[in-house]
Amino acid sequence: MDWKRALAVTGAIGLPFIALLAFGMTRDPRQIPSPLPGRSAPLWERAVFASGDDAVLRRPVGDTVRLTDLRGRVVVLNFWASWCLACRGEHADLSFVATERASQGVQVFGMLYNDTEPNGVRWIRTMGGQPYPSVADPGARTAIDYGLYGVPETFVIDPEGKVAHKFIGPVTAQGLMKVVDSVLAAVATP
Amino acid sequence: MILPRVALLVLLAVQPVVPPPGADTVLDRRVRGVAQRLRCPVCQGESIQESPAELAVQMKGVVREQLAEGKSEREVMDYFLAKYGDWILLEPRAEGLNLVVYWVPVIFLAIGGVTLFMAVRKWTRPDAVVANTDTADTEVDAS
Repeated sequence: MDWKRALAVTGAIGLPFIALLAFGMTRDPRQIPSPLPGRSAPLWERAVFASGDDAVLRRPVGDTVRLTDLRGRVVVLNFWASWCLACRGEHADLSFVATERASQGVQVFGMLYNDTEPNGVRWIRTMGGQPYPSVADPGARTAIDYGLYGVPETFVIDPEGKVAHKFIGPVTAQGLMKVVDSVLAAVATP
Repeated sequence: MILPRVALLVLLAVQPVVPPPGADTVLDRRVRGVAQRLRCPVCQGESIQESPAELAVQMKGVVREQLAEGKSEREVMDYFLAKYGDWILLEPRAEGLNLVVYWVPVIFLAIGGVTLFMAVRKWTRPDAVVANTDTADTEVDAS
C-alpha cells in the first residue's frame, strides 16, 4: 500500500500550502491597510485655488489653509483629480456631507493630486460647483505624507488632529456620514 | 616669475571639486540605494527607482530631499514605512508571518530533495527481496 502512504504524505504537505494560497485569494490587493489611523495627521499648509460655494465652508482663493488652525473641528480631506473617473462618482456624496454637517463644524477640503489648477477649476464647474474649498498640492508632497496610492482617497481627521479613518476609493454619503458622526459623537461624550 | 605660479597653485587649491555633468554623485548613489528598496504605489510590482509613474518620480524627489537634508538611509526608509506601512518595502522584513515567504521554499526544497534521494536509492538498490523469493521458490520446488 505504498501509494496510500504517498497520498497521505502529499496531502499533509500540500493541503496547508493550498490553504495558504486559498487565504491569499480572499485578500484584495488594492485594500492596503494604512498605518495612519490612530496617529497624528501629517500637518499641511496649502493655498486655496477654488473657494467653494457654501457660505460657511468657503475660503477665498489664495488663502493659506493650515491643518493646525483647524484643531477642535472634524476635517475631511479628499484627494482628487480632474482626470479621475471615480472622483466624479463621489462628488455629490462629498458635497452632501459637507453641507449637511457644516453647522456642526465639519470642514471638508479637496486636495488636488497631480493635476493643474485650471483643470481643477474647470472640472468643478463641469460638476455644477462644489460647496467646500480645494487646495493645491505642488509635487504631491502632502499626498506622499498621507501615504497616497491614487485618487480618490479620503481622510477623516478628528478635532485632536488624529486620523480617525481612511477611505480608499470613492466614498458614499452614507459611509462618510457614519464615520463623521461617530467622530462627532466621541467628541460629545468624552 | 614665481608669483603667477603661486597664484595658479592657489587657484587650483581653492577650486571646488565639481563632478563633470552626468557623473554619478554620492547623493545619486544613496538615492538609488533607497529608491530600489521602495515599492511604487502605482505599479505595485516594481521599485520607485524603475517606475516611470509620476508618483514614483515624486517619491524619489522626497528621498533625495531628505538625504540632502542630512537624514540617513534608515531614517528615510522609516519615513515611508510610517506613511505606507510594511507594504512599501519591495523585500518583506523577515519577521512574523513574512517568515512563511522565506521558509516555505526552503522546506519544500528539503522535502523534495529527501524524497528524490530516497526514491533514487530505492530504484538503484539490488533487488534483494526478489532474490530471496527466488531462492525460496527453488527450495519449495526441490522438496
